[in-house]
This record gives sequence, C-alpha cells and structure tokens, in this order.
Amino acid sequence: MTESAQDGEYDAWLDSIESDDGYYLECSNGHGWLPPRRVCPRCHDQDLSAVDLPDSGEIASHTTITVPTPQFEDDAPYVTAIADFGPVSVTGLVRDVDPDDVAIDDVVGIDVGERVTTGERAVVFRPR
Amino acid sequence: MSDPRIAGASVTQFGKHPERTGRDLFAEAGLEALSEAGIDPEDAEALYYGNFMGELAEHQGHQGPLMAEAIGLDVPATRVEAACASAGTAVREAVKTIRNGEAEVVVVGGAERMTNIGTAAATDALAIAADDLYEVRAGMTFPGAYALMARSYFDQYGGSHEDLAHIAVKNHEHALVNEHAQIQKEITVEDAMEAPTIASPLGLYDSCPITDGAAAAVLTTESYAEEHDLDAPVAITGTGQGGDNLALQDRLHLAQTPAADKAAEEAYGDAGVGPDDVDFAEVHDCFTIAEVFAIESLGFYERGEGIAAARNGETTRDGDRPINLSGGLKAKGHPVGATGVAQLATVAWLLDGSHPRADAVPDSTVGVAHNAGGTVASTTVHVMEVQE
Ligand SMILES: [Zn+2]
Repeated sequence: MTESAQDGEYDAWLDSIESDDGYYLECSNGHGWLPPRRVCPRCHDQDLSAVDLPDSGEIASHTTITVPTPQFEDDAPYVTAIADFGPVSVTGLVRDVDPDDVAIDDVVGIDVGERVTTGERAVVFRPR
Repeated sequence: MSDPRIAGASVTQFGKHPERTGRDLFAEAGLEALSEAGIDPEDAEALYYGNFMGELAEHQGHQGPLMAEAIGLDVPATRVEAACASAGTAVREAVKTIRNGEAEVVVVGGAERMTNIGTAAATDALAIAADDLYEVRAGMTFPGAYALMARSYFDQYGGSHEDLAHIAVKNHEHALVNEHAQIQKEITVEDAMEAPTIASPLGLYDSCPITDGAAAAVLTTESYAEEHDLDAPVAITGTGQGGDNLALQDRLHLAQTPAADKAAEEAYGDAGVGPDDVDFAEVHDCFTIAEVFAIESLGFYERGEGIAAARNGETTRDGDRPINLSGGLKAKGHPVGATGVAQLATVAWLLDGSHPRADAVPDSTVGVAHNAGGTVASTTVHVMEVQE
C-alpha cells in the first residue's frame, strides 16, 4: 500500500502540538479556529493570524465511549472531550486519568498521542 | 403561490431488513404513496430523494435516477444529502418546486439501508456526519457527540439521566400501536436506567436503533388536487432550514441547537403561526436528549425546561402537546435518509385522523415536523395544517 498523502495544514497543526509549539488561528475580532481555515465564519474576516495555543485548557464536556467505530475498537472504553483553550476549543482523547474521575472544568494540557487500534496520531489531553 | 398538498404518503415497516436492497425498500414506499395519492405517475414531474450512507452501505452513489427508475418515473431526480436531515431537506426542495410553479406533482422520499453492514460499520458511517479531521479522529461517534451535548445540558441547566429515561418510556409507549415501528415494546424508567451505557451519560435506551426503511410522499398543488378530486386535506404551510458549524467544538452552544431555532423561526413565519398554535410535533429524537433540544428550539419550552416535559406528562399522548406520537426515532426507528419524510407522513396522518394515535389529538389542525442532521448542524422544520 502506498503511503497516504498528508492532510495539509491539519497535519502541520498536529506537528506543532507535538513539538509544544501549538497554535490556533484568530481573526481580528478575537474569534478562534483551527486550521485549515481561510475566513472567520462568525464575522467574515479573512485576516487570520496564528496565535500561541495556551498551555492548558478546561474540559467543557466529556463522554466515555464504550461502543466505538472500528478505528477505535481496541481503544474502548475511552474518553473523548471538548476542551476550551481561550477563544478556541479542541476535541481530543483524555488519557492518564480514570474515566470516572474526568469532570467539567478539569484543567488539561494538549499533546499528540497514538490510537491503540490503528497507531494513527490523535489529539490527547492529560490532566495538569 | 400554492402551499403543497400531501396527496399520499407511505412508509415501509421500519426495522432490520438486511437482505432488502435500498431500491426495493424505496420502490415499496414510493409505489404505495403514488397509489394512495390516486395520481397518474405520468403526471409526476420531479423526485427529491434523501439518502445518507448509500456509498458506504451499498457502494451506491447517484441514487436519484436509480430511485426514480425504481418507482417507474422518468423525471429529473435529485438525491439530497444532509446527514439525518436528508429527507427533511428533500421535502423543502419539493415544497419550493411546487410553490414556484415549476411542477404540479412532485414525489419526495428517502431510504436507508443500514443493518446489512453491522453495528460497527454503521457506527462508523454515522460518525462521518461529524468533522473528520477534528471529531472522528478524536474518537467521536454519533452517540458520543450527543453525550457531550447531554452532559453540557445537565451542567448548564440541570436535569438527569432519569429525566431522559422518561422520554424513552414515553416514545416506546407511543409506538405500541404503530405497526410500522421497529420496536413495539413497553419499557420502564428502571429498564432505561439499567441498560448498558454506550457513551456516558447515554445508555442503550437513550439511543435510536439502527434501521432499514423507506418513506415517500406525493405533493401536489391545490388546483391539481381540486381538478382531480383528490382527498388531500393537509397542506405544508411553512418550511424552514437552519445551519450551524459542523464541529461541536466550533459552536457557541453545546447545550442548545441554534440551527433548529433558525429553522423553526423561518417555518413559523412562513406559515404565519407560532409555537402556541401547534397541537403536536414529530421531532428528531435520535437520542433522548435530542428531543429536549428540539422542543426548546421549537419554542414549546424555555431553555432548561424541556428536560422535564416527559416526566411531567406534558408531551405524552394524554398531555397538552404530545411529542412523537409515532414512537419517534427512538422506537419507530431511524433509517437515516428516510426519517424526514416518515415524519411528514406521520404528521399528515395524525391531522387527517388515519394514524393509530390520532385519537390523542382529535381536533388538531396544526402539526410540526423537525428533522435534524448530525449534531444539528442542519435542521429543517415543516408546519402542516388542515385546510378544509
Ligand atoms: Zn471573527
């Protein structure tokens, strides 16, 4: 099987997270987004600039998934959460904590980990 | 401009039919709807058809002309895809086509074949209604996404899994007399609470089943109905559609569904009615929490109040405003691409008195159908009214 192509700015963004150099895109009105993004869908501003992603975020919501897709078969049960990092929110897997102990407002750091099932990269949150 | 009349509608038995092809399911519903309408198929001028996972489940794209052929029509045929709101969106296209005078008879429908690929592959197929880069790769499933929304709702407004259990109990009870329903089984709050968790806090009974099925309806103009002496007392008087960011992480709200707010506002304005005029509604309860979002967005409840509606008996069949008298997606089943038209058919049958639960709403004149796609990044709302 041939190696599959990179997913452009998404993979570049994962690289940045991996090297502790994470960023997000911000419009001139302070709305935050993840790449790839050419326009702010909230205010139509096209002047987006890269801003450092804060070191830590807060969990906005979380779920422990017991019925996964085939790509996560060996990962289950696992926790998926949305965490707020200032004006941008990110979805990721919560690791290094008992699923029952994850709670809204928990402070987490962001990292890149591997999916157990496929070995592919995934956004990972760990408690801080 | 003429509000389209519903001349005929049909749904197949919803359930597990792994051996039945999508084209056969749709042919059954479409042919029956045409026959019930009493309209010469030669008069049909367009088909709008909803389907979501045809490429994954049947390796079949380009289903528009295939489905027109399956019901014997040689008309322009368009497949409409908006995840679980595919058929609601197809209805909207059909309404616009009739209203703008392009056609006098339009067939609208949808079908989905899901059980043939098994639970894991169906979970995977449903998940692609989410953002692939940022959600699916973070392990998001369709139940997982609604679980995130449910937990956020509990956190912001209160409410509990037990409140959700009352919604499941209600919808199962409503489905008991619906012969098209996938599940005709009464459950208790205890059953729902004790069921296995699929994505915390949601359990098996918070989730709709995986379903095969099809639905179809024939829409026509008031003048065509009069000219051909058709029995078509129910009109679609309002249509609305709203959108939102695809990924939950990009939304302003995790515990509200603004796309449905927008769709409801547009549909009410179009019909010239308000939430207080609505006698009953069929809403998109793919998960129990989704029914809460729907009845709040439709303006039946303030934010944070919808969670208690089923527990308080207000949305049950003997309540003031019954919700999901068909059993909803929860018990009736959710063949994704067919759901919006199945809702349309249910509302029409409740209004004309031919639905087995019509006795719950005997003098009703206004019904609403709410069809949501993905985590409500797409929503259609249709208002239906008895015209004579
Ligand atoms: Zn902006």
